[in-house]
Amino acid sequence: MATADITTDAHHHHEQTFWSKYVFSTDHKMIAMQYMFTGMFMAAIGGFMAYVFRMQLAFPGMEVPLFGLVGPNDYNALITNHGTIMIFWVAMPVLIAAFGNFLIPLMIGCDDMVFPKINRLSYQIFLLSAVILLISLAVPGGGFAGAWTAYPPLSAQAQYSGTALGSTLWLVAVALEFVAFLLGGINFVTTAMNSRAPGMKMYDIPMVIWMIVIASVLFMASVGPLIAGAIMLFMDQVVGTGFYDPARGGDPVLWQHLFWFFGHPEVYVVLLPALGITADIMCVFARKKLFAYRTALWTVFGTGILSFTVWAHHQFVAGIDPRMAHIFTVTTLLISIPIAELCFIYIATLYGGSITLSTPMLWALAFVAEFLIGGVTGIFLGASGADIYFHDTYFVLAHFHYTFFPIAIIGTFAGITMWFPKMFGRYMSEFWGKVHFWGTVIPFNIIFIPLFFLGTIGQHRRIYDYTNFPELSLPWMQDLRQLATVALIVMLLFQFIFLINMFYSMFRGKKAPKNPWRANTLEWTTESPPPHGNWPEGLPEVYRGPYEYSTPGRDEDYWPQNVPS
Amino acid sequence: MRPIANTRSAAGIPTGRLAVWWVVASEIVIFGGLLASYVMHRLAHPAWAEQAMHTNVWAGGFNTLVLLTSSLSAVLAHKAAEEGDGPKAARLLGYTMLGGAMFVVVKAFEWTAEIQAGYTITSSTFWSFYYSAAGLHGLHVIGGVVIMGFVAAAARRNEELHRVELIGIYWHFVDIVWIFLFPLLYIAK
Repeated sequence: MATADITTDAHHHHEQTFWSKYVFSTDHKMIAMQYMFTGMFMAAIGGFMAYVFRMQLAFPGMEVPLFGLVGPNDYNALITNHGTIMIFWVAMPVLIAAFGNFLIPLMIGCDDMVFPKINRLSYQIFLLSAVILLISLAVPGGGFAGAWTAYPPLSAQAQYSGTALGSTLWLVAVALEFVAFLLGGINFVTTAMNSRAPGMKMYDIPMVIWMIVIASVLFMASVGPLIAGAIMLFMDQVVGTGFYDPARGGDPVLWQHLFWFFGHPEVYVVLLPALGITADIMCVFARKKLFAYRTALWTVFGTGILSFTVWAHHQFVAGIDPRMAHIFTVTTLLISIPIAELCFIYIATLYGGSITLSTPMLWALAFVAEFLIGGVTGIFLGASGADIYFHDTYFVLAHFHYTFFPIAIIGTFAGITMWFPKMFGRYMSEFWGKVHFWGTVIPFNIIFIPLFFLGTIGQHRRIYDYTNFPELSLPWMQDLRQLATVALIVMLLFQFIFLINMFYSMFRGKKAPKNPWRANTLEWTTESPPPHGNWPEGLPEVYRGPYEYSTPGRDEDYWPQNVPS
Repeated sequence: MRPIANTRSAAGIPTGRLAVWWVVASEIVIFGGLLASYVMHRLAHPAWAEQAMHTNVWAGGFNTLVLLTSSLSAVLAHKAAEEGDGPKAARLLGYTMLGGAMFVVVKAFEWTAEIQAGYTITSSTFWSFYYSAAGLHGLHVIGGVVIMGFVAAAARRNEELHRVELIGIYWHFVDIVWIFLFPLLYIAK
């Protein structure tokens, strides 16, 4: 009877109005698209902000084209909101919400999320949070200017940040965003736990689904203290309490603990989906089984647990007990072991495979290579002795851009180019895809490698104008800053190639069949794009794991999960 | 229309119950973060004990009794719902809602007296924690009562009876938070 409902609904599907189909849809695929395009729109804003403040750094006091003169408070508001937007309104919605929504029901073989209306509510709250954040940029005093980590007392007291209303709106927007992802996360985890296709056991779940689910659990488990901290910060800002005011018995370092108790697991919250996307792409384009699936999975569980024990490495210079610093150094260095292990698992997966260097595969390989640099430089910062020197320099900045850029940008492009044929039923152009790939990855390295060098000689973060610091404005330093800025502009311009390729292919691209990559997972067994209800002829059943490529004794080099033996 | 996804149970736990447990898990870390912050401060400031003397232990104790009793009728409502007796479940949920409402009313009188005595949210960090933590909990009580109203209204028509259990799980959680709040804010001297 339930199947009959679905079929009826698939027929009604064409009669839906614009509003019920695109705006108030409860279909997980449409909600995924809403998240993805909202995230891409926010990425454009975040990228534009980076362009503006990089121009100010490279050419201090210059009228920036398309923006104008950058004042000191503008600069602070720009860097603050660039960070906030890129993490909370780009990485989270695209990597977790968009791919989670699109892939979870399709890859586990069911028709929708378990709570479609809560799913829709999640996006609506997210959209509201994005609108509030954008409004906060335009209120009197300007957007919040206390850095994306929002340390008090700068964030708590308007006389320091100078952005009373901006700070509060920023905080409200972030809080609403958390609510949206809690609702979405509960939906993801419950769906993956309960609604898998008959026959899909724990080790038959594709890696990307596992990763998104574990990331959702990490998010749920880590965001609580920050929500509590945000309530306290809100009270400090609006009611006038003194939770973070030492003069009144409060403690500003408390915020740092609450923030980073969330903030460090958050790195893994966004890293894991990118790792999962990469794993699935590598297996498909190397035509090989994922090396050590179970080990990889348990390694990720371990990483998740460890990620809750490392947060205080952000406070090495904040006056914590040196004995504590030792403990957190050890835990931080420990967490590089499972991540290194995963890198080896990926290399072992590639080893001996018949590799196709398609666009998604290039992105996946670049992800591992670039993230490796981010990971290795992190070891310096995790060691308390070295961190005291590097703290708050551009070395830190370059390090976390070498982690977040591969995650949020490279991982996203990998995912979009991989599942584009499924999302829209058409291919993207491979040629322009590769042009865009090289045009993004090469400038990315040219932006951030110089910043490592500037950081090691002591260039401090969050400085509006280095000409005020003679030892930091030597000609060769200014040259490196200009090099980074020019590379950034080149990289941003290359994104137009992606946008044109994407929108052109969406309507005019070559039609894609059901399974263009000859992949095993369930989403490739339905039409491209899948109709409402996903499988009009009945939901699939699962007979084997997701990575049975090049199985000896079979004619074809792949063996879809839904084909009976 | 309910998707097929909603009717499956691969984990062996009904979907609604599973989701509510995840809600409770995410709430635990919110209150956990707040209470851990409070406890750390409290340990660092023994002088707060003097301020905690001014809380009304009798009002807090009475509210503890009210809230725990209201959980009893929530359990009985679950039993009635399992037996398929929607109207009875709705009536019992009504008692629980009454308990929740009484909790909030007592709280209102208590806070009025405290504020009149000069202990406001900005008086000191102890009082900031006191009002914030109890206030956040109070919002959960009010939210629970409102949702329970919807669940009870449906249960009266014998619809969605499984939700009686779900709101009960949430209500017990709200109870347990209070069991932590009461000694930490009122009794610890």
